Amino acid sequence: MLEIVNLTKVFNPSTVNEMVALAGVSLSLNEGDYVAVIGGNGAGKSTLLNAIAGVYPPDGGRIEIDGKDVKSLPEHKRAAFLGRVFQDPMMGTAGDMLIEENLALARRRGKFRTLSWSISTAERNEYRELLSGLGLGLEDRLKTKAKLLSGGQRQALTLVMATLRNPKVLLLDEHAAALDPKTAATVMEITDRIVGSHNLTTLMITHNMHDAIKHGNRLIMMHKGTVVVDIRGKEKESLTVPDLLAQFQIASGDSFTDDRALLG
Amino acid sequence: MQQIIQGALALGLLWSIMTIGVYCTYRILNIADLTAEGSITLGAATAAAAIVAGTNPFAASALAFCAGALAGLSTALLHTKLRIPPLLAGILTMIALYSVNLRVMGKANLPLLRVQSVYSGLENMGLTKNMATIVFGGGAALLVIVILYWFFGTEIGCAIRATGINARMSRAQGINTDAMKTIGLMLGNALIALSGALIAQYQSFADIQMGTGSIVIGLASVIIGEVLFGKKGFFSRFVSLVFGAVTYRLIIAGVLKMGMNANDLKLFTAITVAIALSLPVFSEYISTFKKSLRTEELPCSKS
Repeated sequence: MLEIVNLTKVFNPSTVNEMVALAGVSLSLNEGDYVAVIGGNGAGKSTLLNAIAGVYPPDGGRIEIDGKDVKSLPEHKRAAFLGRVFQDPMMGTAGDMLIEENLALARRRGKFRTLSWSISTAERNEYRELLSGLGLGLEDRLKTKAKLLSGGQRQALTLVMATLRNPKVLLLDEHAAALDPKTAATVMEITDRIVGSHNLTTLMITHNMHDAIKHGNRLIMMHKGTVVVDIRGKEKESLTVPDLLAQFQIASGDSFTDDRALLG
Repeated sequence: MQQIIQGALALGLLWSIMTIGVYCTYRILNIADLTAEGSITLGAATAAAAIVAGTNPFAASALAFCAGALAGLSTALLHTKLRIPPLLAGILTMIALYSVNLRVMGKANLPLLRVQSVYSGLENMGLTKNMATIVFGGGAALLVIVILYWFFGTEIGCAIRATGINARMSRAQGINTDAMKTIGLMLGNALIALSGALIAQYQSFADIQMGTGSIVIGLASVIIGEVLFGKKGFFSRFVSLVFGAVTYRLIIAGVLKMGMNANDLKLFTAITVAIALSLPVFSEYISTFKKSLRTEELPCSKS
């Protein structure tokens, strides 16, 4: 479903601030793969996601979604194949617009926007049903501005928006990291439910090793712009944090240094 | 006195269309677009030159609308294609328009004497110039509001609003934010130019200087409207812009009547806008002050 071959990205090339963010990443996701991505600061996790989403062009390599080379497509055109949720809960929705307007924007992703009315009554019922599935009571607040929701509610709404049109690939960039532990657990549970029910191919960055082990059918660890650990299936089910740390040490010849990941 | 109020009302209604144009860029797109200073004069110049050349005043005003859209397109292209920051892109177009406007008019001031204007029909029905302008300006403002209310409720309109609120999210939802900014800037400047065309026909001349400070007047009207008449629904928001523009004119007429030197007007306007823009900061100070009072009270109430 997602095929990344030898992707490279260098920020500020040939200056003192040169930073190799992606040093030839290759990654292949099968349909329905739910992959947790973990790694220390500067490992290239977010750069990888942003390069897939088209926020900036990579320096080299290939990105294929469902067999289609998307490297030359601008960000808003790639959005037709992608669903995205960001770390900052404020980032995923238009705060000054109503919940139903936000959903209507997402529903027209990848479609040509016209001068027809932005929301129909039939749509409203559809949104109410979708939101009631979250169990957060948002179905009765379609006319509420998104900025009035709590961080967890906004992330849940963004998840619904990201998956409304069954994206080929769902990109989650530490989407539970800015929430308190209880809310984060709820958002992760909702994520599992939505990904599972649509069998979505998902790439989820997390700083939390427990989450990475608990969620998804596959785990990759990045280090210095490459994938150093790739664990899937049965092997992942029996994985523990010490296992993961040991694997990382063997693969990278370095010890894992991200307090957030270990304590979280 | 009645004459002064009527004059302020007439001018206020014509400027309200300019205010709505400023609102499109400043509030909806979240871009402080200085193109306005040039495009209001461009509208006046285009309409005046066309009318002098014998064009029907309604067609001339429509021409001014299109000219304004082109001015907005220029700023939009400088910003989206050449990646010039929007503030600077607006200033560049504004400066360029100064020369363009002189070319259009052929001289710095173009009088419109003994020619037909969009108000002529109403004046022929026996209305004074002020009353004719109030009726026509009010109707035009209402029409603009109805059309924009519809437009910003459509798929494209919603995409423009989303772009102004959160561009990154908009791109993630497949919105071509550059295209939306372009439409918004074209629409805003087209309305501003239309307003300039109507003002020129009301005051019977177009002048190269008439745009100077207009962006501040537009902002003042937006803010006065929001502060005095609230910002609840989308429709009432647009209506409050009209009230804001008229209130601004009434205030100006009032201070002039009280003997303020006309040369000090721009200083007065600038100070008004500065105060209005800083109101949120003041209300924050006041609420933190109130909170600090409350927390001091707490221990007492416990004991």
